[in-house]
Amino acid sequence: MDKMPAWADAVLVPLISILLAAILSALVILAIGESPVEAFKLMVDGALMRSSGWGYTLYYTTNFIFTGLCVAVAFHAKMFNIGGEGQAMIGGLGVALACLFIPFPHWSVALIVATLAAAAFGAAWAFIPALLQAKRGSHIVITTIMFNFIAAALLNYVLVNLLRPVGAMEPATAGFPAATHLPTFQDMFASEGNPLFRGSPANVTFFLAVAACIAFWFLIWRTKLGYEIRAFGHSESAARYAGISPVRITVVAMLISGGLAGMMALNTTMGEAERLVLNATEGAGFIGIAVALMGRSHPVGVFLAALLFGFLYQGGAELALWTSIPRELITVIQALVILFTGALDNMVRMPLEKLFLATRRRSS
Amino acid sequence: MNDTPAIELKGISKAFGPVQANKDISIRVMPGTIHGIIGENGAGKSTLMSILYGFYKADAGEIWVNGQKKDITDSQAAISAGIGMVFQHFKLVQNFTVLENVILGAEDGPMLRPSLARARGVLKQLAEEYELAVDPDELVENLSVGHQQRVEILKALYRQADILILDEPTGVLTPAEADHLFRILDHLRAEGKTVILITHKLREIMEITDTVSVMRRGEMTATVKTAETSPEQLAELMVGRKVLLRVDKTKAAPGQVLLDVQNLRHVDDAGVERLKGVSLQLRAGEVLGIAGVAGNGQSELLEVLGGYADATGTVTLKGAPLPLSGAGADGSARRAAGIGHVPEDRQEEGLIMPYTAWENTVFGYHRDPRYQSGPLMNNALIKEEAQDKMTRYDVRPPNPNLAARNFSGGNQQKIVLAREIERDPDVLLIGQPTRGVDIGAIEFIHQEIIRLRDKGKAILLVSVELDEIFSLSDRIAVMFDGQIMGERMPEETDQTELGLLMAGVTEKPEGRVIDAVDASLQEKEAREAEQHD
Repeated sequence: MDKMPAWADAVLVPLISILLAAILSALVILAIGESPVEAFKLMVDGALMRSSGWGYTLYYTTNFIFTGLCVAVAFHAKMFNIGGEGQAMIGGLGVALACLFIPFPHWSVALIVATLAAAAFGAAWAFIPALLQAKRGSHIVITTIMFNFIAAALLNYVLVNLLRPVGAMEPATAGFPAATHLPTFQDMFASEGNPLFRGSPANVTFFLAVAACIAFWFLIWRTKLGYEIRAFGHSESAARYAGISPVRITVVAMLISGGLAGMMALNTTMGEAERLVLNATEGAGFIGIAVALMGRSHPVGVFLAALLFGFLYQGGAELALWTSIPRELITVIQALVILFTGALDNMVRMPLEKLFLATRRRSS
Repeated sequence: MNDTPAIELKGISKAFGPVQANKDISIRVMPGTIHGIIGENGAGKSTLMSILYGFYKADAGEIWVNGQKKDITDSQAAISAGIGMVFQHFKLVQNFTVLENVILGAEDGPMLRPSLARARGVLKQLAEEYELAVDPDELVENLSVGHQQRVEILKALYRQADILILDEPTGVLTPAEADHLFRILDHLRAEGKTVILITHKLREIMEITDTVSVMRRGEMTATVKTAETSPEQLAELMVGRKVLLRVDKTKAAPGQVLLDVQNLRHVDDAGVERLKGVSLQLRAGEVLGIAGVAGNGQSELLEVLGGYADATGTVTLKGAPLPLSGAGADGSARRAAGIGHVPEDRQEEGLIMPYTAWENTVFGYHRDPRYQSGPLMNNALIKEEAQDKMTRYDVRPPNPNLAARNFSGGNQQKIVLAREIERDPDVLLIGQPTRGVDIGAIEFIHQEIIRLRDKGKAILLVSVELDEIFSLSDRIAVMFDGQIMGERMPEETDQTELGLLMAGVTEKPEGRVIDAVDASLQEKEAREAEQHD
């Protein structure tokens, strides 16, 4: 069957979707009596025009890359993992345990061990829903979302009853030892006369996220396992014919997915807070769904989509800070972007496809 | 005789996106005749009939019914114009009775009882007139496929259709049921009804139709009187070049037993026993054809032998037993042991449709160490080999970077065949090798199968096309209801005998053949329904 060119599918569709979301957002801002142009300027200023703004934008981007890849890998196996949130929370527990109880000589060693711990904890949290899906047919959407609640409750219990320092009033662990503190962008790039990224939370984990994108591409398109995951995602009956075990692929894909979600905690817990707090994930697990959808489950797409949502998060925070536009409206704008790029994808795609076919027929 | 055509199509055109499904098609079908429409898959037959039945709207052209121009915008309009359609996949409510299905959508008023009573009378009359007997109070789910088809015909006649369109009606019938269907069509013709029969089977066209139209790539290439044509001529018109309808082959020289299957049993997920003690032996250098109507355990037999359905019993390959469940019972293990498998459904099983051709040429063999380089797959080598395979198997276009879904059915099948044959298996399982494949490719595929046989390989061929079974097999086993009903040598049997075995009738019936067949099929249906609960 003929389709529109790949570049239109990958670039034009999301761009138009974002544009529509922006127009609608502008109308909403107009409706509450603010200037959409001013608001947009503020967002760009706050998120992209200063290095500290970038520091925040890239910090959020790091989160969304991990959770976006988490959802994307499951998508390739035709599973909808909406448990990234819970998996990231439990991943945070792994990070905290590693940082608190292992005496590390240097942050680089700490990062490697904490990465393994985060991935292992996140994967473990995805393992049970995966097994239930593979062996019992319990739908992964239902089980993973329930596991989000269980994760939140578990974390609450652990923080309040087990890891809270004696006498502290807050449900959080003690601060991590200094040897586990990750270099921030400020540490890396700022110098005497050039105070870059001042006070912003972006840290070395960002590069880990970029590396994860590259590894993801190799895994999915260049390895035997990726070949099998995609094959299974396209047709389970064909996979069985080829001797690919549905149970194995379901479990392995979910372990990778959960591991990626868990690794998000490196950024929030080890890189930024330097202790484990309740709700460190702040809904990034769910944003990952939109990121994966918008990024077409491709690492380049996921990276770009994560960047967009990083911008929206940081720009939104600036808006709330400097204007009377309420915080809730920022959520509305983010929701509109998700709505248009994710749920209403076909609304843009179908007419565009028709347009391309029509012009092609005329020219042929 | 009446000169007004019952149906006249004038210049019908229809495009789906860039695909021109119907191009300026005109036909005239006279009342009281059976008109055949023949063509390969994708030739546009079904599209044309869907336009006539109001499912699609033509881009251009006119439909005339009994001398009047009709604007058929939906199926209601078609029905009121006197057109009835029997689809390939029946549109029946499974848990309604026959009577309820017949009146569905054609009730007389808000209350059901009077409608049902009237329908009962009409049905009784139709049954006598056209040999369309079906128990009106039976649930449709308990009916055999042949009877379900009769319900579809009854539905159309109940709506007073004068023009009946049947889309590939014999695909799911045993030969005896097909014969009976043709008797029914004969009766309809005698009563002055008009029948349009869509099929890809030349034999059916020659047997029953008065006139035949041939379609190729969306165009009507010819309309001829059946009596004045021949299967060879029709095939040529369908393909656009001369084709060989017979397979050239020498007598088989079977060697040792390669695959020995004993007492194979398989129960499906719904708890229905699909294989009930199947035993067969497959020798080197022979084609064993499994004949049977779809749904009698052939698919399950292939799945079990192919390693992806559990079973009990014993299967030995060259003397070594194969595991039938648990570890070691999967497609990879079977391939490693030397069993190749061209599955029945290439789109759902044999190929990953969005994968490129080159990715598909290693599907199932992708774990071969030869295709790995370090942690990655050696895509360069796979592509190179794919190009070579595609050239040698005449896959068109020979472009390994195209997605499988962009190839025609015949070329998709060649990709699967190339993949499986090139691995040089001892035993090759082949299901429906030419389903949905254009005639040109059929020739090629049949030759490849015989070539493989002549190399001393053992081939298990499952096909619902009896003609194909006859032309390829050195030995024929007939499957019915999960059992082998008997084995015959092709030169010592005929379609009639096999047809009865396919319906589970092992002895020559005393009364009418169709009654014995019906009874046997109905029993099978009842047995299955019982296991289901």
